Amino acid sequence: MTMTASTRAERASTEHARPSTRSDGRTDWLLIAAVLAFIATLVRAVAFTPIEATQGAAQKIFYIHAPSAFIGLYVAFGLVAVSGLLYLWLRDERLDRIAASSAEVGVVYTTVVLVTGPIWGKPIWGTWWTWDARLTLTLFLWFVYLGYLILRGAIEDPGVRARYSAVLGVLGALLVPFIHLSVYLFRTLHPMPIILKPSEPSLPPQMLATFFMAFASFMLLYVALVRARYRLAGIVESLDDDVVSETASVGALRAEPVR
Amino acid sequence: MSATGAPGVLAAAAMIARKDLAIEFRTRSAFLAALVFSLLAIVIFYFAWDATAVSAADLAPGVLWVIFTFSGLLGLHRSFGVEAADRAIDGLLASPVDREAVFLGKALANLVFVLGVQAIAIPAVALFYNLPLTHVVGPLLLIALLAAIGLVAVGTLFSAMAANTRLAELLLPVLSLPFFVPIVLPAAQSTARLLAGRPVAEAMSWLRILIAFDIVFVVACALAYPFTLED
Repeated sequence: MTMTASTRAERASTEHARPSTRSDGRTDWLLIAAVLAFIATLVRAVAFTPIEATQGAAQKIFYIHAPSAFIGLYVAFGLVAVSGLLYLWLRDERLDRIAASSAEVGVVYTTVVLVTGPIWGKPIWGTWWTWDARLTLTLFLWFVYLGYLILRGAIEDPGVRARYSAVLGVLGALLVPFIHLSVYLFRTLHPMPIILKPSEPSLPPQMLATFFMAFASFMLLYVALVRARYRLAGIVESLDDDVVSETASVGALRAEPVR
Repeated sequence: MSATGAPGVLAAAAMIARKDLAIEFRTRSAFLAALVFSLLAIVIFYFAWDATAVSAADLAPGVLWVIFTFSGLLGLHRSFGVEAADRAIDGLLASPVDREAVFLGKALANLVFVLGVQAIAIPAVALFYNLPLTHVVGPLLLIALLAAIGLVAVGTLFSAMAANTRLAELLLPVLSLPFFVPIVLPAAQSTARLLAGRPVAEAMSWLRILIAFDIVFVVACALAYPFTLED
C-alpha cells in the first residue's frame, strides 16, 4: 500500500537528517496534489455530472459522503486497530505515530460524514437525524475515536500513551460488530450500498466515474494528511529528545519531555 | 507462569477480590455513594417525564439500565483509585501472582459491587415505578448478571488506564460509555419485552448479543490488561 512506501521514505529521511528535521521546509507536494485532486472532484461533481432524477441536486453530496464514510470508518480506523495490534507486538514507536495520525484524520473524515449526512437527510428523508443502524454506528465510532484522541492527550509518557491507545484502538475494532448487531435490530432506513454490492454497481457510467474520482482523491487526501501528521509527530518527538538531552547535559532541570 | 508455592490464577483472583471487598466493606464509602446516587437518579428520572404521557412501565427499563451504567462507573473508578494511594499497586504487582489474576480479582470485586447496587436498585425501581416484577424475576436476574459481567470487564480495564492519566475520573466515562452501548441497549430492550409480558424467547436475540459481548470482552480485556502495566 501507499502507506508502507511513504513510511519507508520517511524512515530514510529522518535517519539522514535527524538534527535538521526542525528547520526542514520541504514542500509537501503530495498534499498539494491531493488538494488539487479534491478540488477537481468537486468541480466535476457539481458541473460535469448529470443530476439524479428523483433526488435532484441533493444527491451530489453522495460524492463527498460515501468516500469519506468508507475511508473514515474502514480505512482510517482499520489502520488504527491494525497498527495498534502490531505496536503491542513489535513495540515500534513509528506504528504508534501511524495510529495516532490515522485516528486524527479518521475523526475529521467521520465528522464530514456526520455533517454531510443530515444535510442530505433533511430534503430526502425529511429529517436531519434518525436512529438508523448505520447512523448510530457511525456516531458511536466517532465517540470511540474522540475518546482515543482525548486519552492520548491525557498521558505524558510516550510509552504509556502508545500502549494505552493501542489497547483502546484494538478494543474499538472489537466493539464495531457488537454496536452494529445491536443497532441493526432496529430497522434500517439508510440507502443500501449502490457501489459495493455483489451484483454490478447500478449507477450510470458518468456518475460512477465521478464517484471513483471522488474516492481516489479522498484516498489521496487521506494518505497525504496522515503522512503530514506522521511527519509532524516525528518532529515533535525529536524536539522532545533534544530538550531532554539538553536539560540532561545542563543537569539543572529534570529530564522530562516538555510539551 | 506462577512461581512455585504461588496460588493459581483463580485462587489469587479470589484473594485480591476479597482484599478489595474487605476495604470496601470497612469503609463503605463508594458503595453507599453509588447506592444513594442510584436512588436519587431513580426518583429524578420519574419527575423528568410527564407520568400521564409516558407510562412508568415504558420508562422503567431505560431508567434501570442507565442508572445501572452510571452507578457502575462510580464503583469502577474506585477500583484502581484505591491502589493509587502510596502506590499500593506496586505491592500488588510485586506479589507472585499473574497479572491476569490481578485483573480478574479486581473485576470480581467490581462485579460484586455492581450486583450489590443492583440488588437494591431493581426493587427500588419496582417500588417507585409500580412494576409487577415477581413473574419475571428469574430472567431479569439473568439479564442483570450478563450485563454486569460485560460492564465490569470493560470498566475494570479502562479504570486501570484512566487512573494513570491526567484526567483520571473524567476519562473513565468518556472511554467506557460507547462500549456500554451493546450492553445497555440489549438489556433495556429485553427487559422491556419481559415487562410487557412477552415470552423469554422474544428477548433471546438480545440476550445472545449480551452473552457474545461478555465472552469476547472478558477474554480481550484480561489479555489486554498486562499491556497497561509493564515498566
